[in-house]
Amino acid sequence: MQMNLDRREVLATAAAGAALIALPLAAAAQDGETVKTVDELIAEFTGGADAVEGDGVTIGAPEIAENGNTVPISVDAPGASEILVLAPGNPTPPVARFQFGALAGSQAASTRIRLAQTQDIVAVAKLADGSFVRSSANVKVTIGGCGG
Amino acid sequence: MADNVKPRVRVPKTAAKDEVITIKTLISHLMESGQRKDKDGQVIPRSIINRFTATFNGETVIDVQMEPAISTNPYFEFEARIPDAGEFVFTWYDDDGSVYEDKQTIELA
Amino acid sequence: MLTQIRLSGLAMACLMSLPAMAQTAPDATDPIIINDGELQLETVASTPEHLEGVLPELYSGWLFRDSETQAMQTDDFENPGMIFVDQGIDDWNMVDGNAGKSCASCHEGIESMKGVRASMPRVNGDGQLWSMEDYINDCRVERMQAEALDWNGDRMKNMTAAISVQSRGMPMDVAIDGPARPFWEQGKDMYYTRYGQLELACANCHEDHYGDWIRADHLSQGHTNGFPVYRLKQAALVSQHNRFRGCIRDTRAETFPMGSDEFRALELYVASRGNGLPVEGVSVRH
Repeated sequence: MQMNLDRREVLATAAAGAALIALPLAAAAQDGETVKTVDELIAEFTGGADAVEGDGVTIGAPEIAENGNTVPISVDAPGASEILVLAPGNPTPPVARFQFGALAGSQAASTRIRLAQTQDIVAVAKLADGSFVRSSANVKVTIGGCGG
Repeated sequence: MADNVKPRVRVPKTAAKDEVITIKTLISHLMESGQRKDKDGQVIPRSIINRFTATFNGETVIDVQMEPAISTNPYFEFEARIPDAGEFVFTWYDDDGSVYEDKQTIELA
Repeated sequence: MLTQIRLSGLAMACLMSLPAMAQTAPDATDPIIINDGELQLETVASTPEHLEGVLPELYSGWLFRDSETQAMQTDDFENPGMIFVDQGIDDWNMVDGNAGKSCASCHEGIESMKGVRASMPRVNGDGQLWSMEDYINDCRVERMQAEALDWNGDRMKNMTAAISVQSRGMPMDVAIDGPARPFWEQGKDMYYTRYGQLELACANCHEDHYGDWIRADHLSQGHTNGFPVYRLKQAALVSQHNRFRGCIRDTRAETFPMGSDEFRALELYVASRGNGLPVEGVSVRH
């Protein structure tokens, strides 16, 4: 499920020597579609309210991902009603939006995501008091030994 | 309907009243991102599961809007509080209109 | 400690000029504990007789992976390969072909396949070396009067996965003597033959440099006890022959086809190098 596989392999070969390689940003979204920026996506989620950096939301993610196709992550925001997850370094940044219902045992979830390159993933939570809090986590995406 | 879509859900058979239990779900799906190109350079159209929900006795546990950045064979782990015996319904919504569903009952221990 | 050797595509060729013995043992050799202790798979085995003096010990490829990848194999629910095992079991019980039979019609429950994976590939009654895929297709065509499955197709990989899991934990034990000997010798020749523009043999990476870095990655000893693997890169099951094809292609060589006699022979030899390691299939690799 690699984006732009050939180019990635070529680039990897050319840039070899660096243990961690940023993948090329694949040509953004499909033709005719505008990609919303991270700021726009956050503003849409918060209704324009500020999201402050804080401990109210935490991201669990590996510092180094062996393969960007399947990166295990978790988000946790006690008391939150919703958590938005973005990957700003992907061709399209949205990842998921979790809404927690009355029977949620916690406001936390784990999943597996695709990261096109090394980047800071972002989580924004809507807390019980209606305020918004955000945090980020750096994940380095490595490229395999043979590209094969 | 996409080929070979099969949900897998792990829910305990029993729980104490108001116990918080862990639920894991996995479904086989390519999650074609819309970013890839085929051998002729044509973009392969996006075809993903775009939403996953879990309810218990009709009440929402979690409702996830999913984007193409979710990996192939989507996996979710989350917690639910069990107020009573009842039934979980897990539902996945495919871009192509298909809906996949799995149900699990739970007894009070 | 791991010795770090960074390779570029071109510098890969320089591998040949590196010291021949740069084998690096993994940092830890913990067992793989699955489902909170339901099953424990050892990750180290003693060297089979035919490899004495070549490898000090056998190490599972699991040991060379990052902790997140390792963790996915320790729970059968989190292991995405298991969803395809389920599909393989469904297929096992499904009637297909003009004879109106399923696999289960003759073999009953798929548990009857316990042990099969550990002894594959093996020489059949007609003196041919057969992989599990060959046995599956022989049953399908001859007994079920159904179509043969594509070697690298989803249904075949699901079926080999479902059958492999039945042997999980049993030590790999392929026969290398008697009628298997000539095939084994052929596979051994291939293992030490340098292929492609990069002039790399299997041994140059997986014997001489396991545990070392190849770009941002650790080389394993190249065992096959975890196949079919769920590979995170493809987010799908990968068969042994598909992996062989990828490795040979990466040496910039024309590769052999999946299901070829060459790959069957190589499969036997590589399997014999892992004799003693437990069957892990379906493992998770990156």
